[in-house]
Amino acid sequence: MRLISISLYDMIEMLPAASAAMPDWLRFFTFQSPNVVYVLLGCMALGAGSGLIGCFSFLRKRSLIGDALAHAALPGVCMVFLLTGTKNPWVILAGASIACWVGALSIDAIVRYTRCKEDSALGMVLSVYFGLGILLLTYIQQRGDAAQSGLDNFLFGQAAAMVPRDVRVISLVSLLLIVAVVLAYKELKLMTFDPEYARAIGMPVRLLEVFLATLLVLAVAIGLQAVGVVLMAALLVTPAATARFWTHRLSIMLLLAALFGAMSGFIGAYVSYLGPKMPTGPWMVIAVTFVFLVSLLLAPQRGLLARWLRISRYRRKTLHENVLRTLYLLGEPDKDWQQLYSIDAMMKRRTFIPNTLAGVLSRLKKGGFVQEPVGGQFRLTESGILRAARLTRLHRLWEIYLTKKLELPSDHVHADAEEVEHIITPAMEVELAATLDYPEEDPHRKVVPAPVATAESSEDSQS
Amino acid sequence: MNTFVDTIPPIEVHDLTVAYHHLPVLWDIDVTFPQGKLIAIVGPNGAGKSTLLKAVMGLIPLASGYVRFYGKSSTKGAYNVAYVPQRGSVDWDFPTTAYDVVLMGRYGQLSLFGRPRRRDREIALDALNKVGMESYANRQISQLSGGQQQRVFLARALAQQTSVYLMDEPFAGVDAATERAIVTLLQDLRERGATVVAVHHDLQTVPEYFDDVLLLNLRAVAYGPVSEVFTSENLQKTYGGRLPMLTEVAEKLRRKEWSRRDETD
Repeated sequence: MRLISISLYDMIEMLPAASAAMPDWLRFFTFQSPNVVYVLLGCMALGAGSGLIGCFSFLRKRSLIGDALAHAALPGVCMVFLLTGTKNPWVILAGASIACWVGALSIDAIVRYTRCKEDSALGMVLSVYFGLGILLLTYIQQRGDAAQSGLDNFLFGQAAAMVPRDVRVISLVSLLLIVAVVLAYKELKLMTFDPEYARAIGMPVRLLEVFLATLLVLAVAIGLQAVGVVLMAALLVTPAATARFWTHRLSIMLLLAALFGAMSGFIGAYVSYLGPKMPTGPWMVIAVTFVFLVSLLLAPQRGLLARWLRISRYRRKTLHENVLRTLYLLGEPDKDWQQLYSIDAMMKRRTFIPNTLAGVLSRLKKGGFVQEPVGGQFRLTESGILRAARLTRLHRLWEIYLTKKLELPSDHVHADAEEVEHIITPAMEVELAATLDYPEEDPHRKVVPAPVATAESSEDSQS
Repeated sequence: MNTFVDTIPPIEVHDLTVAYHHLPVLWDIDVTFPQGKLIAIVGPNGAGKSTLLKAVMGLIPLASGYVRFYGKSSTKGAYNVAYVPQRGSVDWDFPTTAYDVVLMGRYGQLSLFGRPRRRDREIALDALNKVGMESYANRQISQLSGGQQQRVFLARALAQQTSVYLMDEPFAGVDAATERAIVTLLQDLRERGATVVAVHHDLQTVPEYFDDVLLLNLRAVAYGPVSEVFTSENLQKTYGGRLPMLTEVAEKLRRKEWSRRDETD
């Protein structure tokens, strides 16, 4: 039983002399110690398996159930140890699984027979079972039995304390989880997306619920040794949440979640190798959370940066178009767009921040929409006139639409049209003009410019 | 009476009562839907329209009565009934494509753990075609408009390739183009002899879109061809006023937690 307290760090002594000269952080990557490889594989398999199963809890919006189940496992682990006196991983797995199931059934019963909702049930089960587990753990430790040493590793996980037998169990069960998900992919997918329809077409949804719950229980149970009951939930939720940033396909999401989970397993094992007193769980959680944060920031479409870029691109486009339209409106009374206007003249027509306006004008000049024949004096180019005329057309069409179809008073429609002129697509423009029977004047008796036949500028196409 | 044999009705609902927590929400519904008709279920909010569809589908337990499809007991999945749930019943942010959702319509015909075959894929694509959504096949479902999402749900039901369709508010919140597309689709289904029962909320279009109508308000007020049943008198009965006694008794039942029939829930 002393075997358990041998850490990866101690195993270094067993390495060949050549690599013993290397610093620890480098020697790890020689993968020469079979035990290092073992633990590494175990952590990675665990990360992959739990990342995979976690996707379904995540998509079913029941992420917290994994947390409750993990905490519920602790009294089970302690109980089987008290009964059998061994830390055989199969025995521990059985104890943890049974306790998880009892926890899951308790949650179900509380929701069904009391007025408590699921969140309260989760909270109660999590803390009560965990409390019970801690009580048992304290009792076991006070008995001063040598075999109990290392049982507290189940709180935060200690990958370095794993022996090959543990790793075999973890890897086997992880493999089982992966096979199960691949096999029942179609069923799990439909059941997660639309359980009511799944039942309507005769799928055994109740049975599949039990199946999925069993997979979740197994994922939690094998994570106890490496990650611990307290932090296991992060390994179920975070890889799934991270993967969701990068894809719109469930299959790819599952793959990515497994990958992120395995990655955090690798890092957890590595840190555990460098500092043998380091609990593995927190490091795996930190690793996977780091990937989450990077994804949150950088993911295409769903990431914060992408969203920020989209918004600022739209703002810039709106600003450009407002400047073009101001020049158009200035020239409209005389139908003469050859006249030159200063920045001051434009500011009189519409409020801009002077510096911003100057910047926009110089960019419009580069884009070929505006000319500056004399310094500080601007006018629209041919393509600038076309684009501004189209915007004016959209603005006025929308005003007509609101006054005619929604019967809004004509002095209430301008502000709305200011927004809408920037977003109407050519297809909507055609439909709008047709519904309104090709009007020539807007509610303010201004002329609606004729449709512009030229192709849309690239900036206008979907942003 | 010589036609008796070949007029086994596609859907027979007999003395169906549904209760939520001992509170009956549908009382003694007796109705038989004939083959090849477009049938609207109409009634005020809270009349139990969706509940009736779900009860017929076997999605909620019955307090009493039974449902038969073509004379056979409606044990879950025994007969292939196409179902179009309300659009709001699922999370459209689920990571999948329009085509994948339609392909789910084939799952009922596949064995447990069985993979869709080429023929299933063809049927799914064909169903997308029929609702005019072929060019959106690979679009993530959250990027579809409400009307397009509704069409995807319809295509999924079409992919079931069956003769009985139950639809929960297929016209709710759809654009004009989708509404036209759905009507055409329903007419195609009728021509092929299918029976479509749809919860409908727009009284104006009932005579135009449907053959038969079931007026429902906790009980079946009237059922029959639109021309005979869709009268102002019947509508008055369906929509006019609550039924004070019924509500009162139901409330009493709830308080005493007295079960009307044995329930498994």
